Amino acid sequence: MGTTVTTAKSEGKTWGGGNEPMGASYGKLMMWFFIVSDALTFSGFLAAYGFSRFKFIETWPLPDEVFNHFPFMHGVNAPMYYVALMTFILIFSSVTMVLAVDAGHHLKKGKVAFYMFLTIIGGLIFVGSQAWEWKNFIKGEYGAIETKGGSLLQFVDNTGKRVKLEEFAAILPEERVQDTRDKGIWFSSEGSLPTYSVAEIQAGFKAHPELLIRTEVLYEGTKENKEDKRLHPTLNTKKKHKTILTREESEAMLANAHYVVEGANLTRNEYGSKLFADFFFFITGFHGFHVFSGVIINIIIFFNVILGTYEKRRSYEMVEKVGLYWHFVDLVWVFVFTFFYLV
Amino acid sequence: MSHEHVSNTKRIWMVFGLLSVVTTVEVILGILKPESLHMNNFLSMNLLNWIFIILTIYKAYYIVWAFMHMEGEKSSLRWSVVAPVIFLILYLVFILLVEADYIYEVFKNATIKWNF
Repeated sequence: MGTTVTTAKSEGKTWGGGNEPMGASYGKLMMWFFIVSDALTFSGFLAAYGFSRFKFIETWPLPDEVFNHFPFMHGVNAPMYYVALMTFILIFSSVTMVLAVDAGHHLKKGKVAFYMFLTIIGGLIFVGSQAWEWKNFIKGEYGAIETKGGSLLQFVDNTGKRVKLEEFAAILPEERVQDTRDKGIWFSSEGSLPTYSVAEIQAGFKAHPELLIRTEVLYEGTKENKEDKRLHPTLNTKKKHKTILTREESEAMLANAHYVVEGANLTRNEYGSKLFADFFFFITGFHGFHVFSGVIINIIIFFNVILGTYEKRRSYEMVEKVGLYWHFVDLVWVFVFTFFYLV
Repeated sequence: MSHEHVSNTKRIWMVFGLLSVVTTVEVILGILKPESLHMNNFLSMNLLNWIFIILTIYKAYYIVWAFMHMEGEKSSLRWSVVAPVIFLILYLVFILLVEADYIYEVFKNATIKWNF
C-alpha cells in the first residue's frame, strides 16, 4: 500500500518520482481537483436554477410558504426551522470529521474511530431529514388548480388564509377510473388521478362565496397594481406577496381550470412554477446523493481505522482525504440552503 | 508528513461557533424579513439577499480555510484550486443571470400573454 502515501525522500531527483511540488500527496491533490470539478458541476446547477428564477422572477414560489413543516408540529407554520436544524447537523458532522482528522495527525486510533462514527451518524440523520423534507414536498398540503394557460391558482378565504382543496371540494356523483394497462388498451396508461376532479373543485368554489383565488404573481404595490380592478381591494396589503383576486375575477379564472394539482412531481407542483419542483428534486437530490456516498465512504474508512490499516501505515492521510470530500458536501449545502431556502 | 501538526481543537470549536452564529443570524433574518432590507435594492437585488449571499461566502471561506485546512497548504495549491472556481463561477453566473433578466423583459413586454 506504499503507493497511496508518498513519503519518499527525493531531494535532488526532480524527475525521480515521489516529488510533491504543491506540498500535498498525489491522492490529496487529486481529491482537491475532484472537488474543483464537482464544485463547478454544482455551480452549473445552481446557476441554472438562478436563470429560471430570474426568468420567472414575478411568479416564483416563496420558499417560506413551501418549506414550513417541522416534525411533531403538525399544522404549525414553522418556516426554515427544520432546514436550519439540518444545516446544524451537517455543520456538526463536519466538526466531528475535522476532529477525526486532527486525532489522526496524533495517531490516536480510538479517537479517530469515535469521531468518524459520530460523523457517520450525523450524515445518516441528515439524509433521513432530507427524505422527510422530500416526503412533505411531494405530498403537498393545500393543493392547487392549473389553468389551460398553464398558470397555477391557489385558494384563500376572505382573510387571505390558505384553504385546502378538501375543505371545500364538492363530491359529485361522477366516476373516473385511472387508466391502467390491464384495464384499457395494453399500451396506454396514466399516472394516479387527483383526489378531486376539476368539476368538483369548481362546484365547491361556487358553494363557498367567501373563497378567493390567489395567483402566482407577486403583488408589487405599483400604481398599475392599485388601479387594477381585478385585484382584491383590501387583501393585497403586503408587497412581495402573492396577488389575491376579487370574487368575480376568481370565478372567471376558475372557469379556465384544467387540472387539479396535489403535491409535487416532475411535471407539476402545487407551489408554483413547474421548474421549481424540478430544480428542487434535482439539486437537493444530487446533494443528498453526495451525502449518501460520503456516508458509505466514511463507513469504509471507519472500518479501516478499526482494523488498524492506517495504524500500520503510520499515517491517517486517508481520513484526511475523505474529510476533504465530507467538508465539500457541507460546503455545497451551505449554498443550497441559501439559494433554495433563504433568498 | 512534511509539516508539523499541532492540535488545533480550540480553533475547530471556535469556527463551529462562528458558523452556527452566522447560520442563526441568517435564519432569523429569513423569518423576520425586515422591510428596510427586503424592499430596498442594490444592483437590482434586495439588500436582504445581498446579506444572505455575503454571509454564505463568509461561511464558505471558513469551511474551506479552517475545516479543509486550506490555510496550511502551499499558496500554489491554494491558488490552483480557488482561482479557477471563483473565475468560472462568476463568469457563469454573470452570463446566465443577465440573460435570464433579458428573457424576463421579453416575456413581460411581449404582445403574447403567457401567464393566464
